[in-house]
Amino acid sequence: MPIRSPSPSRFRPAAGIDQSALEANRALVAGINRRRLLRGSLSLGALAMLTGCDVTNRDAVQAALRAVSSFNDKVQALIFRPNHLAPTYSEAEVVKPPRFNAYYGVEDVDPVDGAKWKLELAGRITDKQPWTIRQFAELPEQEMIIRHICVEGWDYIGQWSGVNLRLFLEKVGADLTAQYVAFKCADDYSGSIDMATALHPQTILATKYAKQPITDPFGFPLRLRTATKLGFKNPKWITAIEVTNVFPGGYWESRGFNWFSGI
Amino acid sequence: MAVGLSSKRSMKLHPLPVRIMHWLNALAMILMILSGWKIYNDEVLFGWLHFPEWMTLGGEAQGALQWHFFAMWLLMINGLCYLAYGLITGRFRRKLLPIRPREVLSDIGDAMRFHLSHADITHYNAVQKVLYAGIIVVIIVQVVSGWAVWKPMQLSELASVFGSFQGARLVHFIGMAAIVAFLVIHVVLALIVPKTIGAMITGGPQVRPSDPARTQTGSAD
Repeated sequence: MPIRSPSPSRFRPAAGIDQSALEANRALVAGINRRRLLRGSLSLGALAMLTGCDVTNRDAVQAALRAVSSFNDKVQALIFRPNHLAPTYSEAEVVKPPRFNAYYGVEDVDPVDGAKWKLELAGRITDKQPWTIRQFAELPEQEMIIRHICVEGWDYIGQWSGVNLRLFLEKVGADLTAQYVAFKCADDYSGSIDMATALHPQTILATKYAKQPITDPFGFPLRLRTATKLGFKNPKWITAIEVTNVFPGGYWESRGFNWFSGI
Repeated sequence: MAVGLSSKRSMKLHPLPVRIMHWLNALAMILMILSGWKIYNDEVLFGWLHFPEWMTLGGEAQGALQWHFFAMWLLMINGLCYLAYGLITGRFRRKLLPIRPREVLSDIGDAMRFHLSHADITHYNAVQKVLYAGIIVVIIVQVVSGWAVWKPMQLSELASVFGSFQGARLVHFIGMAAIVAFLVIHVVLALIVPKTIGAMITGGPQVRPSDPARTQTGSAD
């Protein structure tokens, strides 16, 4: 039976569609019709029903859980005590070397070349001149022996030294009334903290561990150490700092971990 | 004292607020336990103990944490309402007190020999009183140790009560174990006397809230 076009059109052949290919492959086409199409449509339909139902519910639950997590950010900001100091420890308790953690294994750490390294500044900062290692060495050094607590549940006591972040932010003329301080890292990690935590006396840009320059796996040449946040809120190998009012998020935060993550 | 109720009026064994709070607590507790197991698995306290993944809630660590830090609000708010209700209406005093060690021991003996009477479910035996009062205390300790694990720096004074961060984790784990043990016993005993489950859904038989400690002569449902 010839298939005829319902009306003339430049997009349809006037004599109908050439049936030779269909004739030549009649057995194959019949096979498609009888078995595969039926089976395929059944399983596709079943899949659509399953995933359709599942995905909708899961998205709604996910949205609700994320909303509660944002609410928990606000609660944590509310109960944050700007001048309350975290406990400090004795040198005898310091674990050497510190415990490694990143979103990849220690064997994949790509060391930063200190001679070429520069710290870029961005956002609500008056003096955006990049900083070198040598310039950092000239700043007053603050040391603290504090507990590192990982979101996974492990902890250790570490001895960190470097420049107080508040002092640094004041020095470069940062807007201390802004909401966030964001960090970009050499390994494409990123993170951000609230300004209250950035200005806490126990938040430093660390350059040393146990009085020695930080080694490659632990963030050489510059990393954040704050006594009031979980481990993953302390970016290593920092290459840029931005002061901003636009929520910057972060690597793990965009993967569902709580943003404030105070301890 | 019975707030808003005439002391002569009878009410159900489990008034509606108690039933709502009971089941909300059950839901919150199960969410907390299952997500807590997933969180625990990321850094175990005991090398021999990992919870099977299929028994946990949240999928990955972040999902489990989200569930845990959602259900904690349900647990705490509901728990505070329950404590306030129990104290203000006198339900705790009426239902759970007094707890006499001698009665507890003799009731445990009876329970082991299946001699405890369940004719009157409106009157808690000494074993029930100990379990129900005990689980309230355990959950309070669990919430406190949970805060110590969550905020060891902001609440460093509280956290120091547990010795160290891992000390707080350990107490939080033991509290979970106690709650799970209670849950198993509670559910098994409720299944043995199914009318207790019905009572926690429908409210159960009428009781006089102002009655002094009742004797075993009380009628069943």
